[in-house]
Parts: sequence; C-alpha cells; structure tokens
Amino acid sequence: MGITVTRVSKHFNDYTALDDVSIEVPDGSLTALLGPSGSGKSTLLRIIAGLETPDAGSVVIGGQDVTGLPPQEREIGFVFQHYAAFKHMTVRDNVGFGLRIRKRSKAEIRDRVNELLSLVQLDGFSERYPAQLSGGQRQRMALARALAVEPRVLLLDEPFGALDARVREELRDWLRRLHEQVHVTTVLVTHDQEEAMEVASRIVVMNHARVEQVGSPSEIYDNPASDFVMGFVGRVNRLPDAFIRPHEVRLCDPIEPGCETATVERILAFGPETRIDLRLDRNGERLWAHLPAGEAMLHGMEEGSTVGVDLSRARPVAVAVA
Amino acid sequence: MNVRNDLLGPEASQPPAPAAQHRQRSTVLLRTIALLYLGLLVAGPVALMLYRTFQDGLAPVFAELTSPAFLHALKLTALIVAISVPLNAIFGVACALVMVRHQFPGKRLLDLLLTMPLGVSPVVVGLALVIVYGSRKGWVGPWFMEHGIRIIFATPGMVLATIFVSLPFVAREVIPVLREIGTDQEQAARILGANSWQTFRHITLPAIRTGVAYGVVLTTARALGEYGAVAVVSGKMAGRTETLTLHVEERWLAFEPVAAFTTSVVLALMALLVLVLMRRLEPREVS
Repeated sequence: MGITVTRVSKHFNDYTALDDVSIEVPDGSLTALLGPSGSGKSTLLRIIAGLETPDAGSVVIGGQDVTGLPPQEREIGFVFQHYAAFKHMTVRDNVGFGLRIRKRSKAEIRDRVNELLSLVQLDGFSERYPAQLSGGQRQRMALARALAVEPRVLLLDEPFGALDARVREELRDWLRRLHEQVHVTTVLVTHDQEEAMEVASRIVVMNHARVEQVGSPSEIYDNPASDFVMGFVGRVNRLPDAFIRPHEVRLCDPIEPGCETATVERILAFGPETRIDLRLDRNGERLWAHLPAGEAMLHGMEEGSTVGVDLSRARPVAVAVA
Repeated sequence: MNVRNDLLGPEASQPPAPAAQHRQRSTVLLRTIALLYLGLLVAGPVALMLYRTFQDGLAPVFAELTSPAFLHALKLTALIVAISVPLNAIFGVACALVMVRHQFPGKRLLDLLLTMPLGVSPVVVGLALVIVYGSRKGWVGPWFMEHGIRIIFATPGMVLATIFVSLPFVAREVIPVLREIGTDQEQAARILGANSWQTFRHITLPAIRTGVAYGVVLTTARALGEYGAVAVVSGKMAGRTETLTLHVEERWLAFEPVAAFTTSVVLALMALLVLVLMRRLEPREVS
C-alpha cells in the first residue's frame, strides 16, 4: 500500500527536524530516504511508524489517515539499525512475537515462522538466541519478525548501518531480491548513496529537514536538482565555479579548441577503471578522472606527464536552489 | 598447615623468577589482608555466635524456638516482609519506568525523594512517622484513631516504617538496567502490535528481571533486619509489636543470651535463604 506524507513538520525544542515535508511512496515500491545525518530522514520514518508525533501535517497509509494512531494499530513492519532483537527469546519466538500477540493458533504460528525463517535463510537457527547469531543473521531475523504480521508497509531504519562492508553488500542484494518476492511497499532510510542507488527504485534525497529531490537513481545521478544532490549522490570534482563527475573528464589533444593542459600526479590502475589524479596547469586546481582501463595506457600517460583534458561536460554551480 | 599451602598454591614449592616472585608475594599479601579482614569482622563473630547458640545443647535453642514471644515475633516479621517487599517491588519498578522512560517537571525532586531513605537515619524516619500518624498528637493519626485504626505502636506503623527504609532498593537496581536496555526492543514490540501492558509483560519485565531480583533481595534483607525505625514506632511490646530484631534486643537485655543468639541465627538463616532463592531465580544468561 502507498504512503502519503503531507506537509509534515517536526521540532525538537529549537531544532527543526522536518520542515513542511511532503512525499509520496507508491504502492509496492522500494523507496530510499537518502541524506546526511541530521537531514531528518530517520525522523520522517519514525513519524510514518508512529514512534514520533508530527507537530503538523498528516500521514496516510493505504488510503487511511493514521496520523493519530499509535504504532501498534498501524499494521507496519519496522527494522531498527541495531536489530532490536528480543534478547531473552529464541529466534523462533522473536519471529512469532507479532503472531502470538494477535492470538493466532500455535500451529499457524509454527508454520508461518518456518516459512519466514526459510525466506530469510535462517532455517536451522530457530532455537538459537540472538546473542548466538552474527549481525547479518540478527538483521535477517529482525526482517522476518517484521514480515511475520504481513505489514501493509515495511520501514527500514539504516538496517545495514551496523554491519561490516561485505555483509552489508550481501544483504543489499538479498533485500532487493526479497522485495521482488514479497512486493511489500518498502521505505529504506540510509546515509549511504551507493546503498540507495543499488537497492531502491526511487530515491528521496533529503537535506536540512527538507526534500531536495525525488526520482529514480538515474534521474538523480544524471540530473541532480541542486548542488547538494550533485555533491551527495555519486562522486564529483568540485571546481571553483563548476562540478564535474570523474567519468565525465575526457582526454583530448591540447591543440583542439576547449582542450586544456593538466599534469598527471598519480595513476591508480586496477579493475576496469583507472583513476588519474590531475592538476590543471591553468589554475593549479586538483581533480581526478575515471578512465576505462585501456585508455590511460593508450595515451602513454605516466606520473608527471602533461595531458590535454576536456572539461566541457562540467556543470556550472547553480545559483542557490530552493 | 593445609591452609597455608592452599594460600600459596602449587608454585610456592619451586623458586620462581624474581619479578614473578615479587608479584606472587604481593598477591599473597593482598589475599591475606582480605581474608583477615573478613575473618575478623564477619566469619569470626558469626562463628562465635553459632558456637554460643549451641554451647548448652539443643534444649535451650528448642525452648526459645517454641516460645510464644519468639513465634509471635517470627509471624510479625513475616507479615511485615510479606506486605512491604511486594509493595516496594511494584512501586520500585513503576518508579524506575517513570524515571527512565518519561520526561516531566519535578523529576529531579522524585529522584531526590527516592534516594532520601538511603541517607536518612532510621530513627529520624521513625520519629517522622510518629509526628504524622501518632494517635493522639499526630497530624492524621487522630483521624485514623477515630475510625478504629491504630497506626503508631501497632502493625500498620511498623509496616510503614519498613516500607520507608527499604523503598529505594528495587528502583535503584532497576533504573540502570532500564537505561542500558534502551527503548528499541519496546518500540519493536509496540510496532508488532503489543499494547503497553503486553510490552511490559513480554519485553521490559524479562529484560529487567535480574535487576528486580537483586532489588528484592536487598529490600527483603533490609525489611528483615530493620531495627531503628521499627523500634521507634513499635513501642516494643513483647508478644504484640515485637519483630525478630526487637526480640533479639529484648532477650539480650533480659539476660537470656541463648535466646538472643537463637533468634539472631534464625534471622541470618532467613537472609541466606533469600539470597539462595534469588540466585535460583536469576535468568539463565545466554552469552
């Protein structure tokens, strides 16, 4: 079911966490709320969940206004950054908690829990306690627990934030596949732009308590609506009056018009792309370029040599985006 | 000689390297000090008391254990513990929840009031209760008296005094545990559909169980052993308002040392029993 947040504001004493924020989460989508810490993304998620009360505005889930409802009446699933595992219960009892509260029959709970444990690949772990699981396993358990009650929407608050890099990448792929299987409307809060780009079909970029841009990953990457989005999403070189992404830097012949010279400071060659650190001869500005692996070799480039670079794809710094 | 060998351990038989020898010597020294200290102040007196209790055989002990005054004191102590410990446990948990999970004006004051019974001398507590509940000149005492309820020099006053002095223990034990477990688990339970009571019953209470258990042990120990506050409000009437601690004093002053020792041993055993029971109740921690 879709979520509609309309004109929500939230203040903590003098601090503005959300300033007149409206977003639309389409039914069945996987949407990421992306932003730096303090941008208000977690507060927005907690308001959707009912864990915080907005000062103004409304939250509608599946056509029902839930603004005044306590969390237990919203029929949502929520996954916390630090798992919030019930430490004194086994994995089985953790996953079945919501069903026990709903007074389902023992047999039904057992079957549903087994089904979910196999969905999150934790079959065989049902009698363990959370302390006996790894971080990634705990988070999968938390996901199964949230899904057990067949929530109308699934809310994930930095779910992979406490995990190490490799587990995080595995779980991202896994989450995306899971979403393809269960199709529940999902909102993921993250400060990691790569995570948002890889997992989500829609991204809401937030900054300073406001929404900066909403769109698909490619829309946001290719047409950032503001300097902030340009700088926050994807890698970027900041020149005094312009931005350019490393892969947009092109090598050229210095005699061509629009081609300027730069000195190669460092070459980092591994994998399909070579990273070249450059200093512009014109003004001493430093920037770096990503080139396909062969191209750097082709130009006979080495540290200290002079090359021609084409920066025509640089975007001028916008004049204050509202 | 056996004891000495145990203290020094097996390494003592072979000469160790100088540094290790030094370390070993300081360990032995520390161990000796600790054992001496505990021996002189705890083990020695308790052992001597046990010895004096059974010095003249079992007959005088049995006579004391079956005397009406002792039996009444035992019943009264049990009654006071049975009322004050559950009340303080419930109040302590509620107080801890309010202190940790809620923000409200006057929180500092509540915190202070919750600590006060630890600091105020029990005699002062007793006197304060007399001023409020005294049946003739007290603040609300005369009103209760008109309705046939005597508080001071009767069981209600002794219960009140015991509640007062043993009030902070459960809350003080539970507050840090609540802080440590945080609110994530409770919020997760709420989102999964649990109401406040279900969340408390299934999530919060199991998480703070150890803290509550320790608090109850301390409360019970204090309630069993309280002397000063209870002495002031009880009037110390043998067979009527005498708890076990008051009975110990009364027997001692009546030149009946064996009776006093016997009751003391009973008190000590009760405290020990509480400790053992609580150890049993502790959750099997999974690490």
